[in-house]
Amino acid sequence: MSYTELAAAGVAGAVIADLWLLRTRLLTRRIFWVSYAIIVVFQLIANGVLTGFGIVVYDRGAILGPRIAYAPVEDLLFGFAMVTWTLSWWIWWGRRAARRSPASTTRHVDETE
Amino acid sequence: MRHLSYLAVLAGCLLGTAPLELLLGTRVYARSRRLALTLVPVLAVFVAWDLYAIAAGHWTFDRRSITGLRLPGRLPLDELLFFLVVPVCSILTLEAVRSVRGWRAGDEPPPGRPAPGEPAGGRPASDGSEGRDGSGRGGGGG
Repeated sequence: MSYTELAAAGVAGAVIADLWLLRTRLLTRRIFWVSYAIIVVFQLIANGVLTGFGIVVYDRGAILGPRIAYAPVEDLLFGFAMVTWTLSWWIWWGRRAARRSPASTTRHVDETE
Repeated sequence: MRHLSYLAVLAGCLLGTAPLELLLGTRVYARSRRLALTLVPVLAVFVAWDLYAIAAGHWTFDRRSITGLRLPGRLPLDELLFFLVVPVCSILTLEAVRSVRGWRAGDEPPPGRPAPGEPAGGRPASDGSEGRDGSGRGGGGG
């Protein structure tokens, strides 16, 4: 599979996980999109440094070709998938702890969450 | 020093987001167990992806710009750290937005219960406390 195909699959997988598997539904929330808007700016900068200075080099045969801030457009999809996957799990674990810890045991929260 | 280039980018990410934890009270590092549990599936998927991409030649690394330490599968140590640092920065951003705007994210406790890791009063700690109190919090149940 090319990077393009994998990146598209990664986005699809992250979306499916958030909406239907983990049911965190972050993608339906304003907090996610505002956070992502901030993250993507810094992601483009960090990726731009990594690719612009040639620290990471992409095989032209594995990407479509268009680039944003030196990085292949596929990196945007890769980044979106990683951020969505990460934040969904973060919320999933938090929600799990919130539902499981009755108020009477909150003294142990830092250990149980 | 050039071989530290990749690490320098990651260090920049961590330094840039550190004030969120210190000043906005995001309590991401403080909730270390939740953070570690979150990073497990992230590492599992993205390290696997990276190993495939490296094996397939989707991307390569400039030997002069990375530490040179390689893990099994020729995975550069720098890459492994990338998959730890970027997720942490992402979570810090989400929690910073929550701290500032107070928007719900879906992990709030049911009504009447204090949020895990937060004082019974319910508001996130924004005074820079490290969350390692271990004292009698919750003893009164609010």
